[in-house]
Amino acid sequence: MEILLASAVGILTASGIYLILRQRTFPVIIGLSLLSYAVNLFLFATGRLALNQPPILSKYADASYTDPLPQALVLTAIVISFGMTAVVVMIALSSYLAARDDHIDMAGNGGDDA
Amino acid sequence: MSLFLIAALPFLGAVFPALLIRAGRNAAAASTGAVTLLALIGLVLHAPAVLRGETVSARLDWLPDLGLNANFHLDGLGLLFAGLILGIGLLIIAYARFYLSREDPMGQFYSYLLLFQGAMVGIVLSDNILLLLVFWELTSLSSFLLIGYWKHLPEGRQGARMALAVTGSGGLAMIGGMLILGHIVGSYDLSVILQNKDLIQASPLYAPALILILIGAFTKSAQFPFHFWLPHAMAAPTPVSAYLHSATMVKAGLFLMARMWPVLSGTELWFYLVATTGLVTMVLGAVIALFKDDLKALLAFSTVSHLGLITMLLGFGTKAAAVAAVFHIVNHATFKAALFMNAGIVDHAAHTRDIKQLGGLRHLMPLTFTLAGVAALSMAGIPPFNGFLSKEMMLEEATHAIWAGTPWLVPALAVFGALFSVAYSLRYIAHVFLGPRRHDYPTLPHDPGAGLWLPPAVLVVLVVLIGLFPNVIATPIVTAAANAVTGADVYFHPALWHGLTPALYMSVAAVLGGALLLGGHRAALGIWNNLPRPEAKAIFDAIVGAATGTSRRFSDRLHNGSLARYSAIFLVFTLAIAYYAFASGTLGPETRAPLPVTAMPVLGWICLVGSTLSVVAFHRNRLLALVLIGVTGLIVSMTFNYLSAPDLALTQISVEVVTIILLLLALNFMPQQTPRESSPGRRSRDVAISVVAGLGVGGLIYALMTRDFVLPSISEYHLANSYKGGGGNNVVNVILVDFRGFDTFGEIIVLGIAAIIIFAITEAVLGSRVRARLLNRKPWSPLAGDSHPLMMVVATRVMMPIALMVAAYIFFRGHNMPGGGFIAGLIAAIAVVMQYMASGFSWATDRQRLPYHGIIGTGVLVAAVTGMGAWFNGLPFLTSAFGYVHPPYLEKFELATAALFDLGVFLAVLGAVLLALQSLARYAWQPGIASEHPMDINPERDDATQTIEGH
Repeated sequence: MEILLASAVGILTASGIYLILRQRTFPVIIGLSLLSYAVNLFLFATGRLALNQPPILSKYADASYTDPLPQALVLTAIVISFGMTAVVVMIALSSYLAARDDHIDMAGNGGDDA
Repeated sequence: MSLFLIAALPFLGAVFPALLIRAGRNAAAASTGAVTLLALIGLVLHAPAVLRGETVSARLDWLPDLGLNANFHLDGLGLLFAGLILGIGLLIIAYARFYLSREDPMGQFYSYLLLFQGAMVGIVLSDNILLLLVFWELTSLSSFLLIGYWKHLPEGRQGARMALAVTGSGGLAMIGGMLILGHIVGSYDLSVILQNKDLIQASPLYAPALILILIGAFTKSAQFPFHFWLPHAMAAPTPVSAYLHSATMVKAGLFLMARMWPVLSGTELWFYLVATTGLVTMVLGAVIALFKDDLKALLAFSTVSHLGLITMLLGFGTKAAAVAAVFHIVNHATFKAALFMNAGIVDHAAHTRDIKQLGGLRHLMPLTFTLAGVAALSMAGIPPFNGFLSKEMMLEEATHAIWAGTPWLVPALAVFGALFSVAYSLRYIAHVFLGPRRHDYPTLPHDPGAGLWLPPAVLVVLVVLIGLFPNVIATPIVTAAANAVTGADVYFHPALWHGLTPALYMSVAAVLGGALLLGGHRAALGIWNNLPRPEAKAIFDAIVGAATGTSRRFSDRLHNGSLARYSAIFLVFTLAIAYYAFASGTLGPETRAPLPVTAMPVLGWICLVGSTLSVVAFHRNRLLALVLIGVTGLIVSMTFNYLSAPDLALTQISVEVVTIILLLLALNFMPQQTPRESSPGRRSRDVAISVVAGLGVGGLIYALMTRDFVLPSISEYHLANSYKGGGGNNVVNVILVDFRGFDTFGEIIVLGIAAIIIFAITEAVLGSRVRARLLNRKPWSPLAGDSHPLMMVVATRVMMPIALMVAAYIFFRGHNMPGGGFIAGLIAAIAVVMQYMASGFSWATDRQRLPYHGIIGTGVLVAAVTGMGAWFNGLPFLTSAFGYVHPPYLEKFELATAALFDLGVFLAVLGAVLLALQSLARYAWQPGIASEHPMDINPERDDATQTIEGH
C-alpha cells in the first residue's frame, strides 16, 4: 500500500514539475494543481497510513484512530490551494487579455534560452 | 518620568507635526517643540539623582531568549548626551521654523526630525546592546530622510545615499562586533558587559570584536577614511546639518566609544587604532577645512577635525584624556551648532555661502557678526571661551602620549592640527565679516529676525559662560559623565589659567601660527591646489559603480526574465541540497509493516497514474487536460476516503468542482491549444529534472511511511482532549475550530484576501482598454443554440434547496461527524454556482442581493467576535466553551462557541469562492448576452404574452 501511494506522489510531483517548466501559462497552472495534489498527499501521508480508523471518536474504548493533525493541516491546505490557483488563474488570464500573449517568460526572452 | 516614556515620546510625537501641519506651520513647530520639551523636562527631573552618582533604570523583558531586552538606564554619560540631543534639538526646532521656506513640507521635516531624535535618545539610554543596535540603525535610516529632505536636489539625494551606505555598512559591522561581545560575556546587557573588562580583553575574540565595533563608530563619527560622507551630507537644510553634525548623529560614534571605554580601552590595539585614527582625522580635517570656500563645507571639515580630536583623546586610554574628551564633546556641540546656524543665517541673508563672494558683513549684520565671532574664537581655542579650556586639556594630554616610542610625534601633530584649526576659525571671521563692505552681494544682507538669531545666541551665551565659569556650569555634568565613562571618580577642575605649562606654549604657537597661516592664505591655497588629492566622492562612486556593475552582470545572467529558467535553477538547487542532506544523514531501519495491497487500491492507482501521465501527454489540448485532471482529483479524494480521512475526501471533492469550473471559465478566454515550442534538448532536460524530483519526493515519503515517529507525536493529546476539552468527536474539526483555531482564523483571512485580489484585478482589467477587446470577442467555437437549456435550468433550481440543506447538514454535524464549515461553505457555493451556470450570469446576479465582499467580511468578523468572546471570561482569544441542551421531544443537542466560529469559516469560504468565480465570469459579459428570461416557459412573461397576441 505504502509503495503505491509513494509512487503516486512521485509521479504526481514529476508530472507537476514537468508542466511547471513549460512556457505557457495554462500548462503551468495545471502543473501547479498536480503539484498541489502531490504536496497534500505527501503531508497527509506523514501521519502514516491507516485503514478504517478515521479520527472520529467512537464509543468503544479500544478503538484506534489515525493521526488527525496532518488531516487538519491538509484540509486548510486544500482550500488555500484553491485560493492560490484562483489568483494565479486570474493573473494569467488578465495578462493574456492585456498582452495577447500567454508566454510566462518576459517579452524578448521567450524561447529556448533557458 | 519613566525612561520608557522619554525614549518613546519623540516617536509618538512624530505623528503630531505630520497632522498639525494642516493647522499651519506654527502649530507643527509648536507641537514638535512641546514634545521635545516634555521629554527634556522628564530628563531633567532625573538629573539630581544622576548627578549624585545614581543610575536610573527601567527594565522590560522583551525577547529574553535572544537576550534582547528593552532595558534603559540613565547615568551621567546618558544624561549629558540626552540633554544635548533634546536641548539643542529644541533650539533647532525653533530655528527651523524660521529657516525653512514656504515651499518646504514642514510637517514632514519635523516628523523626520522627531524620529531621528527618538533614535538618538534611544541609543544613549539603551542598557542592552541589541536594543542599542536597533536604535543605531534607526538613526542611519532617519538621518537618510533628513539629509535627503530636499528631494529635488541631486546633491541631497546623493549625499543621503552616501551617508546611508557608509553609516549603514558600518552599522552592519558593528552588529557583528556587538554579537561577538555579547557572546564573550554571555549577556547583552550593557551593565553586565561593563563589569567584565578582564574577561573581554583576555578573550581571543577581543580583536575582531573591537575592530568591528570601531568600524561602526568610525563610520558614524566620520573618522578617516570614512570621513567623506559628512561634507556631502551638507546638502541637507542647515538646521539638519546643525543638528546632525554638532550634537547628534556624528556624536553617536563618540558616545559608543565612550560607552565601551571601560571594557575596550587600555590595550595597545585600542591606542593604536583609535588614537591614530583620531589624530589623522583631526589633522586632515583641519587642513582641508582651511581651503574650503563653502561656509558649510568649512564647518563640515572642521567637524571632522574636532571629531578626530575627541576620538584621539578617547584613544589615549587615560582617565584625564577621557575627561577632556567629554568636556570637548560639550564645548564642540555648543559652538558648532551655533556656527552652523550662523552659516544658515548668512546663507539666508546673502543668498550665498561662498566665502569668495562674502566679506565685510560686519557692517550689515553686526548681531550675526558678534555671534559668529564668539563661536569661531571658541572653536579656535582663544580664551576666555570654552573651546580654549578643552583644547588646552587636549594639548596637555597630547604631551603625555608616546606613539611607537616617539614622544614628540603626537604633540607636534596636535599643534599642527590646532594651528590649522585656528586658521580656518579666524578665516570664518576675517573673510566673511571683516574687510571692506562689498557691492556685489547676490542680495543685500541684513540681520535676521529673532527666530533665527535667538537659538544660536542661547548657545553663544553658553560658550561664554562655560568659558568664564566652567566649574559652576560644566563641572557637575562633565564629572558625572566622565565618572560614567571611566567607571571611577575623576577630578575635573578646569581653569583658564594654569600657569606657564607646555600646553600654554603649544596653544600660543598654534594661535600665532594660525594667524600667520591665514595671512598667507592665498599662497597656501596655491600650494594646496597643486597637491595631488584623491577625490573621495569619485572613489566612492567608482566602488559603488563597480559593485553595482558586478552584481548586475551576475543577476542579469540568472535573472533574464525567463520564469521557466528561474524555476529550473531553483529546482536543481533544491535537489542538490536535498541530495546533500540525504548523503550526509543516516537512514534508520524500516519499523512499520506495510499495509496489504488489495485490488481496490491497485485499481485506483492505475486510474491516478494513468490520468496524471495523460495530463502530461495531452497537455497541449487544454480542454482534454482539464477533463483528465478532474479524474486525478477524484481519485485523490477517493484516496483520502480510503485511508481514513473522510473530511479530506469531502473537502477535496468539493474544491475539485469549483476549481474545474474556474479553469473552464478561464479557458473560455484563452487559446485552446498549447503550441509545441520547446526543443527536444530542453524537453529532455525538464524530464530529467522532474523525474529526479519525483523520485526524491516519492522516496522520501516512502521512507517516512515505513518508519515510526522518532519523537512522540502531539496528536495523542488532540485525540485525548477532543471530546473533553473541545466537546466534539470529529477530532479534525475540533483541531480546526478549537485547538488550532488561530491558524484557521488566519487562513480564512488569507482566502478572503485572495478573493478580493481577484476582484481587484477584474476591476482593473475591466477599467482598461482590454474591456473593448472583451466586448468584441468572438467565441473560439460556435456557441450552443440554447445557452440555457431547459433541463439544466429546472434541474439546478430543484437542486438548489437540496444542496443548501446538505450544506446545512454537513455544517451542523461537523463537530462530531465528517463535515464542518469549510466543506459546508464549498457545497453552498456550488449550489449557487449551479444557478450561474444554468440560468446565466445576469439572471443569477439579479437575484443575489448580498454582496460577496460582505459575506467574506461577515465571516471573518463572526469568527473574530466569537474568539474575542473568550476575553470576557478572562480566557485567551478563541478559547471555546460548550454545553448540552436537551429540548423536549428532540435529541440531546450541543451548543458550542466553536460552532459559531465555524459559521464564520463557512461564510468566509462561501463568499471567497463565489467572489472569485463571479469576478472571472464578469469577463464574459457582452451586450445581448444577458437573457432576462432563461426559462422560456413562464407564460406570465410580458413579451411572451405579446408574442402570443402578435400571432
